[in-house]
This record gives sequence, C-alpha cells and structure tokens, in this order.
Amino acid sequence: MIPAPFAYRRAESVAQVIELLGEHGDEAKLLAGGHSLVPMMKLRFARPELVIDIGDLPGLDYVRMEGGDVAIGALTRHVTLETSPLLAATAPLLRHAASAVGDCQIRHRGTIGGSVAHGDPAADLPAALMALRGTVVAEGPAGRRMIPIDDFYVGFLETALAPDELVVELRFPRADRQPWGFQKFRRRAIDWAIVGLAYQAEPAGGGIGLVSMGPTTLRATSAEAALRSGAPASEVARLADADSEPPGDAAATPQFRRHLARTLLARALAGQADR
Amino acid sequence: MTYVLADTAVTVTLTVNGAAHDMRIEPRELLVSVLRDRLGLTGTHIGCETTSCGACTVLLDGRSVKSCTMLAVQAQGHHITTIEGLAGPDGLHPVQQAFRSCHGLQCGFCTPGMVLATVSLIEEGRAADEDSVRSALEGNLCRCTGYHNIVQAVLSAARAIQGDGA
Repeated sequence: MIPAPFAYRRAESVAQVIELLGEHGDEAKLLAGGHSLVPMMKLRFARPELVIDIGDLPGLDYVRMEGGDVAIGALTRHVTLETSPLLAATAPLLRHAASAVGDCQIRHRGTIGGSVAHGDPAADLPAALMALRGTVVAEGPAGRRMIPIDDFYVGFLETALAPDELVVELRFPRADRQPWGFQKFRRRAIDWAIVGLAYQAEPAGGGIGLVSMGPTTLRATSAEAALRSGAPASEVARLADADSEPPGDAAATPQFRRHLARTLLARALAGQADR
Repeated sequence: MTYVLADTAVTVTLTVNGAAHDMRIEPRELLVSVLRDRLGLTGTHIGCETTSCGACTVLLDGRSVKSCTMLAVQAQGHHITTIEGLAGPDGLHPVQQAFRSCHGLQCGFCTPGMVLATVSLIEEGRAADEDSVRSALEGNLCRCTGYHNIVQAVLSAARAIQGDGA
C-alpha cells in the first residue's frame, strides 16, 4: 500500500505554510506526525496534490502556562503530553487521554494539532479538550483567531478552519486536582474507541466529551446540565447519549453505543480508571 | 495550480545506522520501502502495513516508530537505526543478547521490531515491571510465543542496561 503520487514541500515557517495554503487551498494537505494522513493516503481515501510537511517546524512543540490557561503547541507529540509533569499537575485528564492513544510508536509520532485538525470523531484528544472547554488557536493570513472547541467541528472530518489556516495551539483553563474521568471502550489493546468519554468536573462548570457517538466529537449537553443542577450521578449518566445519534457499524449497533455512553459516564463519574 | 505529478521526485539525505545516504526518491515512498528496497536493509520487516503489528519498527532519533506509516522524506534531518545497526563492534546489543538468552522468539518475524521497540521503551523508563512492559509492547504483535519469553527478555535486558549505569 503506497500513496498516490503527490508533490512535497517541507515548510520552514508558519508564514510559509499559510502562503502555500493560500496558493493551493484544498489541493494541499498538511503533514505533521502523519499518523492520520498517511494511512488515509495509503488507502487512497485522501489524494492531495501537494503535501506540506510541517513536522519539523520550529516553535510549535511546548506545554506551558499562560495566565491561568494551559497552552500546548500544535506539534506537541502525544508522548510529550503523556510524560509532561506540568500537564500531570494542571490537566491530568488530557495527560491520561494522550497515554491511551494507540501504542508507544504511534505516540512518538502523532501530534495534538494533527489529531484535532483531522476531525475524526473516533479521536481521543478532542473529547478531552471538549471536557476541558478548550479553544483551538488557528493562524491564517489575517493573523491568529480563537475558535472554541464547540464551534470547531462542523461535520465528519470537517472543521471550521479556512483553507489557508492551520492549527497552531490548543488552550484551556487549568483544571488542577478537580475530579475527572476518561473511559475508552475497545475490544483490543490498540483499537480506536468503540465509544469513549472524557469527563472534567471543573473549571467553567465542567464538561463531558464523547468519542464515536456521531459524525464529530460531541458534547453531552443534557448530562452536563443535569450535573450542574446537582442531579445524582445515576441520573446524570442516564443522559449521556441524550444529544447523540450514534452510528451503527461492524463494531457496534447504535443501541449498544448508547448503552456504552451511559455506562462509561457512570464509571467516569465514579472516578474509575479505564484499564 | 496543478503540479505535473510525474515529476515530483526530491533529493534527500537520509542518515541510517550512522551513514548518510544521498538519494532521489518519490515523496510517496514509505520509509520501510526505502530501507528495504533501496538500501537493502531487509531486517526491517513488513507485516500488516496498517500501523498495527510493529514488525517494521525502527528507531528515529532513538525512539520507536513504525516505518510503514512514515514517508521516507519525513526522516530527513533525523537519525534512523535499523536492526542491522544495533550490534556494536563488541557483539550483540544487550537487548539482542537478552532475546537470545531468554529465547524471546520462535519464528523470528516480529523480532527486529520487538528488539527495537524494547530499546526505546527501556530508554523511556517503561520497563519497571511486567505490567508496564506488556503495556509498552502493545504495538508489537507476536503470533508464536504468547509473549511470555519476550516479556522476560525485556525485563532481563532492562536489568542488564540499568546495571551498567547506562
């Protein structure tokens, strides 16, 4: 399995990436770690004419505090998130979610910006960012703009990014030691989640993000409202699937996915570890 | 603008096992294909080609990666180590020696990937106990052994390397 032919440019700066995207638009794809794009290109699901390699761009690999926010560079790899003491202290949910992605080899290559920008509803990190009430920082010809994660996903593998924009940073308010939970249901060790769920109690009233419960990463709005009104955990958990129309496929029927979402939320609220 | 796709080849320098190789390749060539077909380093195996089995694992700057899921052009500016580059002038690498001593293999097809994944996971401090080794080897499949001797080999290698103060 080898991708179809394409032209290749190795970008030296964010400015150059934006210029190339402006010139080539939808015919171009950005390549960071390549662990979503390369498999899709091998299967010919993706067939870009130009691949712009941003994997070695300087200055986009960091986890740091900016005011009360945690800021993460788009090219920060999963293994860096997994082993970051700063993230372990300020957002253990995201640290744990990163450790649940694929396997060691995959986490050595995959980046948080790539995972977020790819827009796969089966991805783990966007659900954690949903629970953390995160913001996507995009850069384009007019400079940077902040896109709340709730506005970022518009359809299956579709995001609010303009053709000449790229993700440069993810940020969210620090959660410190507030309760959290992350549940990933799968049949085999390195599979994608059949259903996954990220729960964060505070700040900003907390949040619940859902994996593989629809065409995009989703927020469990009704369950969040019940949580804020002080409803008991069993009642909150029953609402986990209330805002979703989960798909049926070889891995699970829609009914089974609904059952999983409710069960996983009950476990997350009880503070159970996912493995 | 549309590119003339027939003319997309690029000139790259790849550093493999300490030696720099200048070559002209198509950007769509996978790292595993370039290692095997252009450099003759057939110790890197092709198993599933879908990022699942780990047979194609190599080290990129000392960290395990699956070479079926990297374009060779992405490896420019980095150091690649394959199984052929692991042994030193004094003989087998401690991880190779441990797989041999513990008989951490049967047919051997997964072994180059297992060995390189092990070099990386020990270096990263993921060989504390049997559970952490099994978790860190999730990305490497063996269809013969049931993993028992592989896990013993990893733990044995970790003791040997850490005992050296390495």
